[in-house]
Amino acid sequence: MDINTLRILATIASFAVFLGIMGWTWKRRNTSDFKEAANLPFTND
Amino acid sequence: MQVSNSQSTTYNDSVVRQFSIMAVVWGVVGMLVGVIIAAQLVWPELNLGLPWTSFGRLRPLHTNAVIFAFGGCTLFATSYYVVQRTCHTTLFLPSLAKFTFWGWQLVIVAAAVSLPLGFTQGKEYAELEWPIDLLIAVVWVSYAIVFFGTIGTRKVKHIYVANWFFGAFILTVALLHIVNSAAMPASMMKSYSAYAGVQDAMVQWWYGHNAVGFFLTAGFLGIMYYFVPKQADRPIYSYSLSIVHFWALIFTYMWAGPHHLHYTALPDWTQSLGMAFSLILLAPSWGGMINGMMTLSGAWHKLRTDPILRFMIVSLSFYGMSTFEGPMMAIKTVNSLSHYTDWTVGHVHSGALGWVGLVSMGAIYYMIPRLFGQKQMHSIKAIELHFWLATVGIVLYISALWISGVMEGLMWRAINTDGTLTYTFVESVKAKQPYYIIRMLGGLLYLSGMTIMLWNVIKTATSGKAATATIPPVAAHA
Repeated sequence: MDINTLRILATIASFAVFLGIMGWTWKRRNTSDFKEAANLPFTND
Repeated sequence: MQVSNSQSTTYNDSVVRQFSIMAVVWGVVGMLVGVIIAAQLVWPELNLGLPWTSFGRLRPLHTNAVIFAFGGCTLFATSYYVVQRTCHTTLFLPSLAKFTFWGWQLVIVAAAVSLPLGFTQGKEYAELEWPIDLLIAVVWVSYAIVFFGTIGTRKVKHIYVANWFFGAFILTVALLHIVNSAAMPASMMKSYSAYAGVQDAMVQWWYGHNAVGFFLTAGFLGIMYYFVPKQADRPIYSYSLSIVHFWALIFTYMWAGPHHLHYTALPDWTQSLGMAFSLILLAPSWGGMINGMMTLSGAWHKLRTDPILRFMIVSLSFYGMSTFEGPMMAIKTVNSLSHYTDWTVGHVHSGALGWVGLVSMGAIYYMIPRLFGQKQMHSIKAIELHFWLATVGIVLYISALWISGVMEGLMWRAINTDGTLTYTFVESVKAKQPYYIIRMLGGLLYLSGMTIMLWNVIKTATSGKAATATIPPVAAHA
């Protein structure tokens, strides 16, 4: 395989992973998990 | 007997105290050198005719002192403070943490001695010669072990977003430093880069821009994600936005370096790639800024009474400004005007004095009273004064360099109808002098604010005593 095909595939795969991360966070935006994580700085007082 | 890491009931704050104090001390030193070289640009005789005090040697001393001594100590202090409190555990390997403090101070002293003596690798922000580079690598790997070890031994389920940013900063800086510093030693204090020609330039600016992106951005965003919510007393505006912000920065920053090499021997497609990724960077940068600012939504009135919060929020405004300006300057047609002019220097300082400086000061003002068992800083009025001195100083500094930079760029490219240059180079230098005076005054104001901070910190520390903070008991998680 041409090295450039590999590079193209790596770029597309990275972009797909990023879109996946965006979708994942959007789906979980209202879960208690995120709320719990966001409140971690306040668990010491 | 040393209490083992997993059984300790208090946070290890002694190393945080050391780094916080030294951050302020090195801040004053680094900014003082900055004001001296700004004055040398107006009155060149101030180099005293000595090699050790010449501009070419003091300038890297200034950049190394403010970035790695002031900024570095701030990042060590805040990351150690934050990682313990958001992981509910004490620092992993306390003796190694102690080593990172003394090792880092040794690096700074070695830089302060070797740079004025003229030892340099000639790479911007990576000037230090190979023995010092090796010490940096050892300290940095130790830092990574302490930080990631603490995360690994955490007592809570989640890894708070600030720790993701600190973690990315530590990992990436290790990678950048080791790759860019690869060199063949010729003698004890002389080496030659492992790369040649344009590859060397590209490796250098891959390093250089990611030093901005990860040392001066990701690390300080870690500070923002912990200290802004704490000072505003409300959780971050959107936790999901913070995750998208993180990954968008990670995926794009690495590619922006070529914009430092527009119109050079670097292949054209690489320059265009760098420009495209620099433009994309506007989105995550502004996403992060909005996330920080909107944390204050419903509590804007706090800005009126709380100067520490004001440091943090104005810092975010400068972050927004400079991350708009940066992508714009990365556009090749804009760059053809701005490159090699004072505009670039002004842009860097809008990010460094505005974003990095102010957010660091805000975080240190937050930590110092807590670390020394005090309710608040010795003088709130002095924080107010510091805030205004710093803000007015930055505005004077960057507007002076905008004008002088654009003017200089226009003078360089002006041509007569017969095709000859309208201005000689020295005419452009002469035209800049009034702006250099304003820039020096701006820097002087910023330095005086920092000196007041040092006084305030010493007063607070000496009237209190080292405080110990207790780790909350392990809670049952649902």
